[in-house]
Amino acid sequence: MALEMTPNVEWVGTIDWHERDFHGFTTERGVTYNAYLVRGERTALIDTVKARFAPAFVEELRNRTGGIGPHFVVCNHAEPDHAGGLPALMEAFPSTTLLCNAKCRDILAHHYAVDGWKVREVTHGEEISLGGRTLRFIDTPMLHWPESMATYLPEEKLLFSMDIFGQHVASSGRFDDEVRWCVTLDEAKSYFANIVQPYARKVPPLLETLRGLEMEIIAPSHGVVWRSRVAEILEAYEEWSSRVPRAKVLVLFDTMWESTERMAGAIVDGASAEGVEVVSLKVGNTHLARIATEALDAACVAMGSATLHRGMMPRMAAVLTYLKGLASGGKAGFSFGSFGWGRGGPEELDEGMRAMKWEILREPLRSRYRPDAETLEACREAGALLAHRAREAAGSKTERRTDS
Amino acid sequence: MKKYVCDVCGWEYDPAAGLPDEGIPPGTAFEDLPDDFLCPECNVGKDEFSPVD
Repeated sequence: MALEMTPNVEWVGTIDWHERDFHGFTTERGVTYNAYLVRGERTALIDTVKARFAPAFVEELRNRTGGIGPHFVVCNHAEPDHAGGLPALMEAFPSTTLLCNAKCRDILAHHYAVDGWKVREVTHGEEISLGGRTLRFIDTPMLHWPESMATYLPEEKLLFSMDIFGQHVASSGRFDDEVRWCVTLDEAKSYFANIVQPYARKVPPLLETLRGLEMEIIAPSHGVVWRSRVAEILEAYEEWSSRVPRAKVLVLFDTMWESTERMAGAIVDGASAEGVEVVSLKVGNTHLARIATEALDAACVAMGSATLHRGMMPRMAAVLTYLKGLASGGKAGFSFGSFGWGRGGPEELDEGMRAMKWEILREPLRSRYRPDAETLEACREAGALLAHRAREAAGSKTERRTDS
Repeated sequence: MKKYVCDVCGWEYDPAAGLPDEGIPPGTAFEDLPDDFLCPECNVGKDEFSPVD
């Protein structure tokens, strides 16, 4: 399957409508692996697709290049969802030259039998002419792997941005104006929260670099191609990477016999009564990708767990581990939960939140078995405390914004 | 004392500043960091740092 994007650029990727588990990232709307064929006097393929789609992908390229394959293939990122098609491609078209940076070459050599591949290393800012079309390489280290790179096509004012600005959404239309904006923005936010966030501090300098380029099209390696909402997606990235939270309270909990769930409900009531945005998620029926996305712009987070086997419930431990890895810093909150005889759940959560250097607003809020009226009142007060802190942290940025 | 940069992610260690959050006082030379020091950004070891000229 292929689609002409501009007279000289075709989308030649794969739509995987049914993928739901992308190395643990739940992809409820499916995935696309975008690859692009650029035509100058010579052709350049920008990235490949996942290995299991490679046979059809190679055949499509054979048809589109008069049987000879692309002159160049650019590997912007060595992760197997984009580089996985390289072995089949390089075997089918041995005269194709792989263009990648030195770090990418090293990582590819750790994945694939690269001996015999024609490789030319490229460096940041370097240009290669295809005759009539030019490839310019822009290193984007740690966005989101060390070797990550984008490729700019000045004649088309087009940036192949790799995973940056990507979204996990399978769709019949390839462009942003063919899919509802609320869907693409939501998925772009989820992608940012789950993939880009750990190195979010690298985003503002990159945006600065990109502002220096004329950009009419941003073609990421997943999801829709931005052409109608280029300014909006740049602005969204600016906001998400700014680390200025919204006046938003997130309550995350796991429960055994509903005691912790009742506490969560009272915390939610207390925070909601103060008029801030509140989101409550029971981790047992919510996937981690959603939790990370809701946490991205929350100023305050309360984490609750019943006490199980002298500790927190394992699903809350997973949440802590995941948020820690994403470097979800700068939040304020507290822990809560029930216990029967010994301590464990709320205390372990408190420890984990402190380890992430979150601001701890109060000692763990505990309930022996069912919360009584007094405990529930304490929960409502604690909810109000979260709301006040959230409003403070958000400062003046309390007006409704594009991603609400 | 030289600054060192992480080859993987580009994080820079400035000996003048140290890394007080990690218990490394200002004025600690890169060479004097513990052998098990890890880049605070990407977790690679000291052997993946290069001096900044």
